[in-house]
Amino acid sequence: MATIAHAKNMQPSRSSAGEALATVGVALLLFASVYAAILVAPEERTMGLIQRIFYFHVPFGWSAFIAFFINFVASIAYLRSRAPKWDWLAVSSAEVGVPFVTVMLVTGPIWAHPVWGIWWTWDARLTSTFVLWVLYVCYLLLRTLIDEPERRAVVSAVFAIFAAFDIPLVYFSIWFFRTQHPQPVIGAGGSLDPRMLDVLLLAWSATLALLALLLVQRYRLEAMRWELDHLRLNLDRPGPEPQRFAAVGNKGGSA
Amino acid sequence: MALARPIGILLAKELRTEFRTRELLATTLVFVLIVLVLFSFTFDPTSVESRRFGPGLLWLALLFAGSLMLHPSFTREQSNDTLVALRMAPIEPVAIIAAKILANFCFLLLAEILLLPVFAALYNLHILPVLGRLVAVLVLGTLAICIVGTVFAAISSQARMRELLLPLLLLPLLTPALIASAEATAGLFEEQPALAPVWIGVLAAFDTIFLTVTWLFGDYLLEE
Repeated sequence: MATIAHAKNMQPSRSSAGEALATVGVALLLFASVYAAILVAPEERTMGLIQRIFYFHVPFGWSAFIAFFINFVASIAYLRSRAPKWDWLAVSSAEVGVPFVTVMLVTGPIWAHPVWGIWWTWDARLTSTFVLWVLYVCYLLLRTLIDEPERRAVVSAVFAIFAAFDIPLVYFSIWFFRTQHPQPVIGAGGSLDPRMLDVLLLAWSATLALLALLLVQRYRLEAMRWELDHLRLNLDRPGPEPQRFAAVGNKGGSA
Repeated sequence: MALARPIGILLAKELRTEFRTRELLATTLVFVLIVLVLFSFTFDPTSVESRRFGPGLLWLALLFAGSLMLHPSFTREQSNDTLVALRMAPIEPVAIIAAKILANFCFLLLAEILLLPVFAALYNLHILPVLGRLVAVLVLGTLAICIVGTVFAAISSQARMRELLLPLLLLPLLTPALIASAEATAGLFEEQPALAPVWIGVLAAFDTIFLTVTWLFGDYLLEE
């Protein structure tokens, strides 16, 4: 950690006080939404305490969908422009989106067990979210299995586009199977206490800020990796001092 | 329709390569047969239950078969570097993928038609009265498997662990096609056989969407 920090100091543009401030800000926002969810939001009449998990379950889900949408747009932009930055954005958004969906998939059953009496049911939303999670885990897995950076970027962008078009089809087809998930309470004529809505929006802004923070950090990491890869490639190529590399290679070979 | 001629020529080439050895067709047939027999050990296929489980099992077997048999469509070309030759030809790269999709579609559909009587006999289902509608579902479902499967074979052929990777990428993406095909097929074996329009719609939408996506983005996979 110390050496990385040291290396960063040599390139002052890469780290700043603003970044530390942003991190503290996101942490405070997250803390405030935990506080609001537990102490400010009114108790739900039938479900009681466990309903408060909703203030994390829903915002993480919404933010994850935004992350995957960014992934989709970045993948198309990469194929069209071939600018590496779009690939960095694509991988960053998928890598942040997957843990966000994981939060949704973990908090869901914790809520469902006392309320529905079961941990999991093969309902449209649950199943399609699970398929969504699997698709993007496969996307990340695919990326680890291709070494050549440009090939990896192209191939994974095509897969990401297929995955994005698959999601509505998955949802639609499972929806026709059966559905048990509580219907959306926002925007669909449902009734949500205004204070509950405030807390929900606060929590959503916190997860969005977290998403943005992680995305920026991950994007920077990817940019640095790319730079490192290119430095390595240039090192392998016969450079201005081919003699030195040849000598190192011969030492082992002649023995 | 400048694409039709190269696609036709490439399709003929794919079919000729396969029918010289028939190895893809033979292994697919035996594989699906084994899976169908193995399923009968995990469930007891009495006539009532087989009506409920049979169609799902058939499509699951076809899906697994597809994820294995589609894999050689690009690795076959790699072993002799013939893909380079195809790319150098003055044709749209998408024609290469389209011809491979069509060829795989022919192979898998042929295997299915050969297996259908065996499936009906093993699971005690009456297929003759619904044969026309069943073939329609098979055509749409098989097309879904082959479109995505062929494109993903091109993806996995460029990665490590390719044999494992193809089913991994393919199976979750085919979820809607599996549900729709299995449900549509199950509807044909009810007391009152009926083809639910919604599942045909899902399959047709799946095929159309992914054919379009392949047409738009598929050629990126073949560039060097």
